[in-house]
Amino acid sequence: MSTTNQQSDAPHPGTAGAAPRRSRWGRRPADGTPAAAARARLRSRRRRRLGNVAGLLAGLILTGALYSALAPAHAADSSADADTESAVEAGEELYTRSCITCHGENLEGVNNRGPSLIGVGEAAVYFQVHTGRMPLVRQEADAPDKPVVFSDEEIDQLGAYIQANGGGPTLPSGDLRDGDLAEGGELFRLNCASCHNFVGQGGALSSGKAAPSLEASNDLEIYTAMLSGPENMPVFGDNQITPEEKRAIINYVQTIKGAGDPGGAGIGRLGPAPEGLVIWVVGVAATLFGVYWIGTKA
Amino acid sequence: MATATAPGAPRTALGKAAVELDERLIVAGPLRRTLHKVFPDHWSFLLGEIALYSFVVLLLTGTYLTFFFQGSMTEVVYEGSYAPLRGVEMSVAYASTLDLSFDVRGGLVVRQIHHWSALLFVAAIVVHLMRIFFTGAFRRPRETNWLIGIALLVLALVEGFAGYSMPDDLLSGTGLRIASAIMLAIPVVGTWVHFAVFGGDYVGELIVGRLYIAHVLLIPAIMLGLIALHLLILVKQKHTQFPGAGRTEHNVVGVRMFPTFAVKSTGLFFVVFAVCAALGGAVQINPVWLWGPYDPAKVSAASQPDWYIMFLDGSTRLFPAWDINLPGDYTIPALFWPTLVLPGIIFTLMALYPVLERVLTGDTASHHLLQRPRDVPVRTSLGAMSIAFYVVLLLSGANDVIAEKFDISLNAMTWAGRLGLILLPAAAYVLTYRVCLGLQKHDREVLEHGIETGVIRRLPNGEFIEVHQPLGPVDAHGHGQLAYGGAPVPKRMNQVGGARRAIRGFFTPIEEPIRVELEQREESRGLATAEEGGRELTSAGRPTEGGRPSEGGRPSEGGRPSEGGRPQEPRD
Ligand code: HEC
Ligand code: HEC
Ligand code: HEM
Repeated sequence: MSTTNQQSDAPHPGTAGAAPRRSRWGRRPADGTPAAAARARLRSRRRRRLGNVAGLLAGLILTGALYSALAPAHAADSSADADTESAVEAGEELYTRSCITCHGENLEGVNNRGPSLIGVGEAAVYFQVHTGRMPLVRQEADAPDKPVVFSDEEIDQLGAYIQANGGGPTLPSGDLRDGDLAEGGELFRLNCASCHNFVGQGGALSSGKAAPSLEASNDLEIYTAMLSGPENMPVFGDNQITPEEKRAIINYVQTIKGAGDPGGAGIGRLGPAPEGLVIWVVGVAATLFGVYWIGTKA
Repeated sequence: MATATAPGAPRTALGKAAVELDERLIVAGPLRRTLHKVFPDHWSFLLGEIALYSFVVLLLTGTYLTFFFQGSMTEVVYEGSYAPLRGVEMSVAYASTLDLSFDVRGGLVVRQIHHWSALLFVAAIVVHLMRIFFTGAFRRPRETNWLIGIALLVLALVEGFAGYSMPDDLLSGTGLRIASAIMLAIPVVGTWVHFAVFGGDYVGELIVGRLYIAHVLLIPAIMLGLIALHLLILVKQKHTQFPGAGRTEHNVVGVRMFPTFAVKSTGLFFVVFAVCAALGGAVQINPVWLWGPYDPAKVSAASQPDWYIMFLDGSTRLFPAWDINLPGDYTIPALFWPTLVLPGIIFTLMALYPVLERVLTGDTASHHLLQRPRDVPVRTSLGAMSIAFYVVLLLSGANDVIAEKFDISLNAMTWAGRLGLILLPAAAYVLTYRVCLGLQKHDREVLEHGIETGVIRRLPNGEFIEVHQPLGPVDAHGHGQLAYGGAPVPKRMNQVGGARRAIRGFFTPIEEPIRVELEQREESRGLATAEEGGRELTSAGRPTEGGRPSEGGRPSEGGRPSEGGRPQEPRD
């Protein structure tokens, strides 16, 4: 999973707009069969780039049209409000295209397909879409991390749309690692290690579920995961873990991830299980080899 | 004091000094006997030495660690150089382990060597034990040493667990919490046992200090004594050996303690030390700073004990949660069965196995010749069965890690473990039994028909036959008359001198084929006069080349001169 969307917004030849656009419009969650998903993944990078432009164009055209229609009523609004509004509308557009089949026309959810999104807020949207979980491909024990489908901008638009229709936790701003390292460690071991392991390596839960490794998570994903509590993970609201404490946890997780292993090869930082494997596969094998070598010498 | 120089008296200063020493301490006799002790020359006899040398490494590195480790549970605030824990409250034991890792020169690498050699130590004991078991080396008169070996194994597990628990980190603390629960699960006396060990309720202030004394003094001292006894008994009873030409119940064929065996053994020590040091230097083990200090309120996913305790974790994970509720507020927790009863049964059966086998087979004789595993299919299959059982438990001890890494459901892993625990040992038994019989059959076939030469001949009537080289005299039908003796049967022509012997060299050839060819031709001319041609490697009781020096065996035996050697004195 990519943690950042390094998508170039460089202009593309104008002709490139049409074909990818069709494929974008044609994209429905329904064509989320494994084969389709694989194909989609293959092309996703290029498509994302082109689709980006297409989406932007569509958004701009749409905004332009709507703006001219509604202009008199909003003539007094500041340009910032107009920005939000255009984002909401673009988000609705994206939502209608990719999410509506499972989450319903009015975010109310669809039985046996997807839950209501009223009140989940843009934080949940960021987490679900930026980790590639949404749009969901198929229902199973775990919503797996997949390559991200939407650009950061589109995610913002989706978030704005869902935020505008029901509210909920919003995205934080500022330096997300601005917290005490040691305190973050204590909080992480207390609140998260039971599922994600003390080094964030992840762990198995019952019935095929798992708390994933935090190896690939970026700051904002960790923050929004705590805010929204996906699937089996509890919600850690701001009254349970304050925003400062959340930043401390993120600081700890990311510092540990970035720190080298002073003892040599980390072998997965999982403790005795890989160590036991290494002692038999490397240690015992090497000494047995030595024994055989020496033992068969004259 | 003699004034005239007796014939043969030492003339050099060193020699004279040696005589002076011997006159006072009378060491020449015993020393000569020791230096001339004969060791059987088979690589598998060196397995026990891996365990011995990793113990030596443990003693050396452990002693270094004691200079810095502090086995105390007093709470302090960490102010050392590992930033992510600075300002965190922790026990002195944990803080001193952090200091060992980050602030003591060489501390981290010594800690890592210590821990890797601990893992290797137990693994080597297990491998050594398997050698003893599968070759029947535990049979009378060596039951005592078998018992000592089992005691050493159990002590090694306890010693390792104590060492692993001392740093008081979140991982080992979780293990200690489980140990405490296991103690409490003992019916009737559980609470008292727990109070005796922990000095009160869990976790208390004492346990790390107690573990520390047990780990660095009590258990190593007992182990040292047992190892000494183990080796003394070995010297007194002499080694067993595999059956083969010139080997009887009354001799030991092999190499002398000095110089050959001493050189090999020293070489092996360096191999073991090198492996431990390489692992300790290059592969991180037990990074306690990542685990954090112990706190009963915290627990991490994927918490496991070291591999040698993992089978108990596995049995706990597989055993159903059957608490037995007795009338009057008494409960026998499910934990009792997989963690106390099961290992109790396992180790009792292991300890009693020599007796059980003696009773069941009625074989009460003394044995100094080993058996090849294929010749005792029942025992070999029982061993394979036990290994299968153990491996299922071991893997189940890490089933959450396996489930997570390979994206398998944890519940599926648990059920696979439960079924595997019942089915795999049975399958291993049947399979091993078949393999043993098959190997025996092949040996008998070669004895009867000879070695396959790979030469196909066409008879005048058009029939094709493969030419076999008989190993000994044949009867009227061309069938070999050698009896099955439980010794290795040569299966290639160069093992019986029918083709050029194998070129020497372990990694790369160290001699030229043409030289070997010439040398062998010369030799065969020389030998032909001294000895008649046939070389019977399977016949029992015929001494090979007696009187030949024990080193530098006959080259025609495929570069394994170790087959030869001078028979030792008959046993007492
Ligand atoms: C194939 C059906 C499907 C599609 C398409 C889909 N979702 Fe979902 N969505 C689900 C299901 C099922 C869940 C609940 C499971 C979970 O939490 O992982 C969910 C959960 C969510 C949540 C978390 C709700 C909460 O309570 O925290 C958000 C946010 C979300 N989806 C957003 C989206 C967005 C945005 C899209 C379009 C880009 C989308 N989904 C497309 C099925 C779908
Ligand atoms: C009860 C177990 C549990 C606890 C406690 C828990 N999590 Fe999670 N966490 C989960 C599960 C399960 C998921 C996967 C959710 C999904 O796939 O939709 C998850 C997912 C995540 C992810 C997304 C990882 C990815 O693959 O993108 C992050 C980040 C995360 N958790 C952080 C935290 C932090 C930080 C804490 C502590 C404050 C925490 N979790 C506590 C169970 C838990
Ligand atoms: C007399 C011999 C020994 C001494 C003096 C000794 C000493 C020590 C000391 C001081 C520690 C704590 C330091 C640390 O945690 O890094 C320790 C840890 C340990 N010891 Fe020993 N030890 C000895 C023998 C053994 C043996 C025989 C075993 C194995 C069976 C063993 C296994 C361990 C283990 C597993 C640890 C934990 C190491 C870690 O946390 O990284 N020790 N030992």
